[in-house]
Amino acid sequence: MKRQSFQSPDAGRTGLSILLALVTILLVACGDPPWNNPHPPAADDLLTYQSVMTPAPPKHLDPAISYASDEALFIMQIYEPPMAYHFLKRPYELLPGSLAAFPEVTYLDEQGTEIAEDDGDPAYTRYTLRLRDDLHYQPHPAFAKDASGAPLYLFDSAAAGAAYRRIPDFPQTGDRPVQANDFVYSVKRLADPLNGSPMLGFMSQYIVGMREFSETLAQVPRSGWLNLDDYPMKGLSVMDEHTLTITIMGRYPQFVYWLAMHFFAPVAPEVDRFYHNPGFEERNLTLDWWPVGSGPYMMVKNDPNSEIVLERNPNYREEFFPTEGAPGDLEAGFLEDAGKPVPFVDRAVFRLEKEVLPLWTKFLQGYYDRSGEVHGNTNGVFDQAFVVGPDGVEVSEELSEHQIVMSPDVKPGIYYYGFNMRDPVVGGYSEDKRKLRQALQIAFNTEEYLNIFRKGNGIAAHNLIPPGIPGHLKGEEGMNSYVYDWVDGEPRRKPIEYAKQLLEEAGYPNGRDARTGEPLKIFIDVQSQAIGNTSMNWIDRQFSQIGVQVEFRPADWNRTREKLLTGNTQIFSHGWLADYPDPENFLFLLYGPESPLECQCDGSNNSNFMHPEYDELFRRVRVLPPGPERDELVARMVEIYRREAVWLYAFYPKDIYLNNSWVHNTKRHGISKATLKYIRIDDRQRQQMRQKWNQPVTWPLYAGVFLIGALVLPGVNAYRRRQNATARQGGK
Amino acid sequence: MFAYIVRRLLYAIPILIGVNLLTFTLFFVVNSPDDMAVSQLGEKYVTPEAIAAWKKKNGYDKPLFVNAEGAGLAAVTDTIFFTKSLKLFAFDFGRSESGRDITTDVSTRMWPSLAVALPTFIVGIWVNICVALLVVMFHATRLDRWAVFVFVCLMSISYLFYIIGGQYLVAKTWKLVPISGFHADAQAWKFLILPVLVGVVAGIGSGARWYRTLFLEEANQDYVRTARAKGASEIGILFTHILPNALIPILTGVVVLIPSLFMGSLLIESFFGIPGLGSYMLDAIKSQDFAIVRSMVFIGSILYIVGLILTDISYTWADPRVRLN
Repeated sequence: MKRQSFQSPDAGRTGLSILLALVTILLVACGDPPWNNPHPPAADDLLTYQSVMTPAPPKHLDPAISYASDEALFIMQIYEPPMAYHFLKRPYELLPGSLAAFPEVTYLDEQGTEIAEDDGDPAYTRYTLRLRDDLHYQPHPAFAKDASGAPLYLFDSAAAGAAYRRIPDFPQTGDRPVQANDFVYSVKRLADPLNGSPMLGFMSQYIVGMREFSETLAQVPRSGWLNLDDYPMKGLSVMDEHTLTITIMGRYPQFVYWLAMHFFAPVAPEVDRFYHNPGFEERNLTLDWWPVGSGPYMMVKNDPNSEIVLERNPNYREEFFPTEGAPGDLEAGFLEDAGKPVPFVDRAVFRLEKEVLPLWTKFLQGYYDRSGEVHGNTNGVFDQAFVVGPDGVEVSEELSEHQIVMSPDVKPGIYYYGFNMRDPVVGGYSEDKRKLRQALQIAFNTEEYLNIFRKGNGIAAHNLIPPGIPGHLKGEEGMNSYVYDWVDGEPRRKPIEYAKQLLEEAGYPNGRDARTGEPLKIFIDVQSQAIGNTSMNWIDRQFSQIGVQVEFRPADWNRTREKLLTGNTQIFSHGWLADYPDPENFLFLLYGPESPLECQCDGSNNSNFMHPEYDELFRRVRVLPPGPERDELVARMVEIYRREAVWLYAFYPKDIYLNNSWVHNTKRHGISKATLKYIRIDDRQRQQMRQKWNQPVTWPLYAGVFLIGALVLPGVNAYRRRQNATARQGGK
Repeated sequence: MFAYIVRRLLYAIPILIGVNLLTFTLFFVVNSPDDMAVSQLGEKYVTPEAIAAWKKKNGYDKPLFVNAEGAGLAAVTDTIFFTKSLKLFAFDFGRSESGRDITTDVSTRMWPSLAVALPTFIVGIWVNICVALLVVMFHATRLDRWAVFVFVCLMSISYLFYIIGGQYLVAKTWKLVPISGFHADAQAWKFLILPVLVGVVAGIGSGARWYRTLFLEEANQDYVRTARAKGASEIGILFTHILPNALIPILTGVVVLIPSLFMGSLLIESFFGIPGLGSYMLDAIKSQDFAIVRSMVFIGSILYIVGLILTDISYTWADPRVRLN
């Protein structure tokens, strides 16, 4: 009996035809190309900026708690602090943000009587902040009220509000103008120990009464929301609806820079109360996840697992694109939108991308407008993205064809390997110790290190103050003459023979201790995730040129921190990114009282550098206003830093961001993240390019079907032959 | 059978306590609450006050196992171990170190994990069994030898290669599907095709080779020879005789995985941007979020135990001679 179902000679061909038909149906069902668009179809015609968050979602979005640049990316679009930065001007320029004018500064004596600025050291400084009168919060359910004017969404139990899981679930919203008390409330939130703000310890040194306020709150029994308005803080007062004062201890001119950070952005008490509804925290309905502000954008979706969506705040005040910029901005096209109202884009979507390849592919396919926000994300694909030409790094041919534009960004920060100045071998202030450290500095070829291990994304530091910040000098006058010579119009590292000579003078001829004959061995503490074997081998080779041996001691950040706090290190790796663009924010890294061993705290002077002249100069620089006198003192401090050779090497980190051609106003701002409102998109060009770049290649699908057929058909035939075969060959 | 299941569930309790204790001890040997505070607070202005405030806010200001100051039961209950680890038995996962509710996160993220893992699992098993049966049908022929060679090659290739190669060819070069991402709507299939395809192809080598071995053992049994002698077709022999008899070892390896499908895949989810539990776990490890890791280990242990029980039950279905006593 014949088994027709499986032995028909047409069975394989029929199967193949069905498979081909299925593939064709599938292709038709996919609709019009492009098929690889990762974004859902737009439900409206809002102009949307498509970007990324990498490599992890933000942890905190509460302006009192957050202290990370990838979180500031969102917070600074939603909140508007009292001060802001000019988008284009360099060096960075401070401007009033939510204030109508710069704060008025008044100096006070011990009794609180006003004194003149130059009338000795004031006991207190009072900042009077006058708000703009057009500040308004975004629409939010916290402001919604019932007919009697009472808050609409205040619940007695978790069950009563259980229907609401996200902010968009609330059908009613309200809003109101920003008031002076909201700024006072936000400062009080910094002091509330329950919030665990990173600013509490630091700002308590300055804001009058902050520490006492915090201690008082710590004693208050809590059940639900605590109205901070019921507890006064001595250094804060509301003068009227649009005016407040903040009083700080002594003189601290840099305080005005802090006012440009989100810690001082207004928080409405009713918002705080709303988020303390019973059961809200369990559903992640907190200020930490659903920020509420008066900035140009508001959060409409917070899914940290996949995307965060911001939309234009309909209540945002009138604001215009700057009409002035830095030299070269006009030629670069950064002033094309001068005087136009901002923001330009209606919606910004930030999708989570953890891996480089998908991110990079989507950027090249035009589905992301820029390669990154906080990070350029170009290091992992450097060889595909760039070529090193006569003028330095340029975009590759493929990127040129896509008219992709490069935005290099030197960050206002510094990474360094520091010497522990209390170490018996490399530390100390004698001439031979200085020479030893200088010899090691010369042997470590920073430029080569940056070229090999950071693909040129860094600038060797001659100064502890990075570019863009007063005190950083370029050219010959900005050169560290202890390590470099000025040759043919550029700094050139001193020859290795000179390093050997210094080493000999320091008591280590050929890298051996002249007294004991023991080889000189130095120990470098590094964070294990920040260094690889190749870079350790390279560093080892650098020092072997002068006969010095190196041993690395990798550890995680917690162990490294412990060593720094106890001074149990010889050479350590560290870094610092500026909070504000003032030389003081870098010079304090070597201020004696900031040494962890000195203050018995988490001080920033991890080198434990103690230099009376430097410390005295720092104390003067800290209180002096910008000007020639201050510049001169800064230059003297930098000279001490160079002469004492406090750090083994240092560099200013650089990152390269890429922008598709339809994105405009892409100038990077090293300090402020409140720049989304200036981004402009040419949506028509974007659609055209996406269509052009993403036409699918369908032949592999058909080839796959034929391949399957080529594999299956012979199998079917072989099976058929086998089923039909007789026990004996040729028999029946 | 009911008594057996109840007994197995009761056995699970000491196992879970042991897992819990081990995870807790391991974590606190590596990381003290102060270390955790420093990791979460960042690198700037980490004052002792800030550390103390973080510990208080997150409940790490208590003793680890015994609270000498606690009266009565509070000596045990007012400790980090009780509040952070033993509460898991009430499925109270608490909050992550960044303040998010873990139960909400887990219940949200398990669906994308399942959306990838379930089709990969089902299609993968089906493909592996079919390929293995096909190869068994041509046992001791050139096709069989080549197939084994290809299986070994496929097994030897890193999983990462399949992912990156798949993304490069299908999504980057041919532009047929999005390279990564996920939307829980009607368009979700667009994002699932590639990870499922990669998962299935990457598993063929080891899966088909293993099943081939199991099927070959059965293919040489007397009952197969008898069926063949009675004129049964090869296809019929494979699917109605060999496959059911080889099910016990297959079920041993497969059923235990079913509950764990909720846990997702670390690599696939990370590379394809699937917001599932696999990437949740990976992120938690990277950011040293002990609360999430502890909860995920606990859930993983429970699912594994459930998987083992289901495996035992499935034996009774596959082989009526098996009795659970």
